[in-house]
Amino acid sequence: MHEPRGPFIATTAHGRAAGGAAHADVRSYLTGFLLSAVLTFIPFALVMSGTAPAATVIPICVALGVAQIIVHLVYFLHMDGSSGQTWNTAAFVFTFVVVAILVAGSLWVMYHLDTNMMPGMMPTG
Amino acid sequence: MNIQTRPLTTAPLLPEVFEVEEEHHDAGAITTLGFWIYLMSDCILFASLFASFAVLRDATAGGPTGRDIFSLPYVAVETACLLVSSFTYGMAMISAGQGQKAWVLRWLGLTLLLGLSFVGMEVHEFIKLIGEGSGPERSGFLSAFFTLVGTHGLHVTSGMIWMGVLIAHVLRRGLTDANRTRLMCLSLFWHFLDIVWIGVFTVVYLMGVA
Repeated sequence: MHEPRGPFIATTAHGRAAGGAAHADVRSYLTGFLLSAVLTFIPFALVMSGTAPAATVIPICVALGVAQIIVHLVYFLHMDGSSGQTWNTAAFVFTFVVVAILVAGSLWVMYHLDTNMMPGMMPTG
Repeated sequence: MNIQTRPLTTAPLLPEVFEVEEEHHDAGAITTLGFWIYLMSDCILFASLFASFAVLRDATAGGPTGRDIFSLPYVAVETACLLVSSFTYGMAMISAGQGQKAWVLRWLGLTLLLGLSFVGMEVHEFIKLIGEGSGPERSGFLSAFFTLVGTHGLHVTSGMIWMGVLIAHVLRRGLTDANRTRLMCLSLFWHFLDIVWIGVFTVVYLMGVA
């Protein structure tokens, strides 16, 4: 019988006896938790110390945020792209594309509207 | 996915038992996948709110900016509550996998307390802002802020109500297959909300103050 992995890991009553797997799970959650705590601490410390200019701090914060999201997906949601979770991953990738279009598209359109409709840009006379 | 195609002839008993078992097993997995699809649609809801916020973040209409109203140490404590609660929920799932009902209930209780602290802190922040005249009606920036952060807070609140109901379920019926599936779905929901919060504290709070 196939044993679904990933987000389904603990639902399977049949996998209950696997003590080794459960142990690995504690380790997975602990690793995820520690990595996540570090990835939270760095950007907060960076912004709160206020030493670096915003232009350098913001890209670092965004990069660390993305890294932290990946840590959560891997260690808390157990996404690993194995064959047992093809549909989960497919849905996730599709959503990721929609989200990217939605956010980047909105910002792009609104930025140009804003620029083109500033009073200085309006044709006069 | 097991559409009944079994012939009505003299099927031996044993395979039938296995088949029932398999069907039940599939039902749990399909429920979880369905819930995952719901979460993905929720992701798009949050993406729209993030996009609105990103567009409106400078539209302060002469009112306060993020730098004026956000307290990063406060947000750091909120973040810690949610992050630790993700971990404690993970421990509840591990206890469920090992069939330790008492520990499942303890970890769930702890998760609930941490969730409660998070929502309590958020409500306190909102009340303080509204009291200072920085409510959602003050500017486009604040409307977008209250909508995005408030929607996340509402999700966490629903998750806590669900967790309370689930604690009652586990107390009454124990770790049945149905309850395991429910625990799994709430686990996905809870971890998902923590991921959304990473976006919130990065885009709203850190980028607002930096």
